[in-house]
Amino acid sequence: MSAAAPGSGPAPGERALRAALFRYVLRLGDTSLVLGQRLGEWIGHAPALEEDLALANLALDLIGQARLLLTYAGEIEAEGRDEDALAYLRDAPEFLNLTLAEQPNGDFAHTIVRQWLLDAWQLEVYEALSASADTRLAAIAAKAQKETRYHYRFSSGWLIRLGDGTAESRGRTQQALDSLWRFTEELFSADEVDERVIAAGIAPAPGPAAERWRQQTDRDLRAATLPRPSAQPHPWYGKRGVHTEHLGHLLAEMQHLQRTYPGVHW
Amino acid sequence: MSVAEHAGGIEQRVWRLLEEVADPEIPVVSIVDLGIVRYVRHAADGRLHVGITPTYSGCPATAAIRASTRAALDAAGFTAALLEEVLAPAWSSDWVTAAGRAKLAAFGIAPPTPAAVRCPRCGSLATERVSEFGSTPCKAHYRCTACREPFDRFKCI
Repeated sequence: MSAAAPGSGPAPGERALRAALFRYVLRLGDTSLVLGQRLGEWIGHAPALEEDLALANLALDLIGQARLLLTYAGEIEAEGRDEDALAYLRDAPEFLNLTLAEQPNGDFAHTIVRQWLLDAWQLEVYEALSASADTRLAAIAAKAQKETRYHYRFSSGWLIRLGDGTAESRGRTQQALDSLWRFTEELFSADEVDERVIAAGIAPAPGPAAERWRQQTDRDLRAATLPRPSAQPHPWYGKRGVHTEHLGHLLAEMQHLQRTYPGVHW
Repeated sequence: MSVAEHAGGIEQRVWRLLEEVADPEIPVVSIVDLGIVRYVRHAADGRLHVGITPTYSGCPATAAIRASTRAALDAAGFTAALLEEVLAPAWSSDWVTAAGRAKLAAFGIAPPTPAAVRCPRCGSLATERVSEFGSTPCKAHYRCTACREPFDRFKCI
């Protein structure tokens, strides 16, 4: 086999790795973006001013993390798409967020349970990615990790107060947990995209992180006096672009201005 | 004057210049006070490199800070200076300088010390946290149980 001629681009192996890395970074970025957009829907509607500010602060951090990740994804892809093109000009099947992130807010308990499940997941993922062989991803993860720690303090604190609270708050939290639990299988499932970036030392193997996530969420559930749902989670494929119907509605609102007035600026 | 001394002189001038660039959210402190400026380097390529780091990933002030830093450099004639964004190591409130902490306290914002939180109005340590989240990503909401006043605290991160 001869060496690639100048200008012929990267070798097939490297091309495949770049394509996998693009999708991997997009999955992280899209999950943050969609979750941030969901939290933003609470602004002006939360049960108390402090919680309104808290949810808005979380949303802001998540959208900030999404900007760093989508910008990087666009550079990996190298086809001229920046963070805005990726956020505003893709349709639902091109979004690769976890299915859990796009689930509607429901009541406050529902939002808290969704947030807590994903905060605990992000803690593990960002912690491991801080040591990634990809230095750009490691830098983004190390920064996001610091923010995720206080997101998790907020969501786990509320999970415990609501679960170990009144009959009403407990019932609603249990209901939210039972309804959202089925989406958790996707958090640590690995497909060929994950396997390729894991083999390159870019992403962590999912096994140990999944185990730590399970132990942490078990501890929190015990503190919240809530039983862990016994039903087995189903496979969902949001990170492969197969979504529940909720994502399209979210995108319709998020992308409306840019789709209606292409290129519009503040 | 040797080239090295000359470069050092330019770097000092730029640091002084950036000490005048105010944070857009808390204008009593500069971007140097907040530890946002990571380096000013007259590099071997003959160009001036200025590194700034975002505080929080989603801080809306980041773009404004980049623009005002660029404007300050341009206005002082450093139009060829390269303004670089530094992500690692991640910004920490430990980098807020002693001068920055004093300015924050005088302005009414408790600085980011890991020790007990002192009320910036009456000086009492009898304070409590209302919420870990406040009016900007970098601040938490506190109140003083001695003078009863609410106040912001710069978060430790």
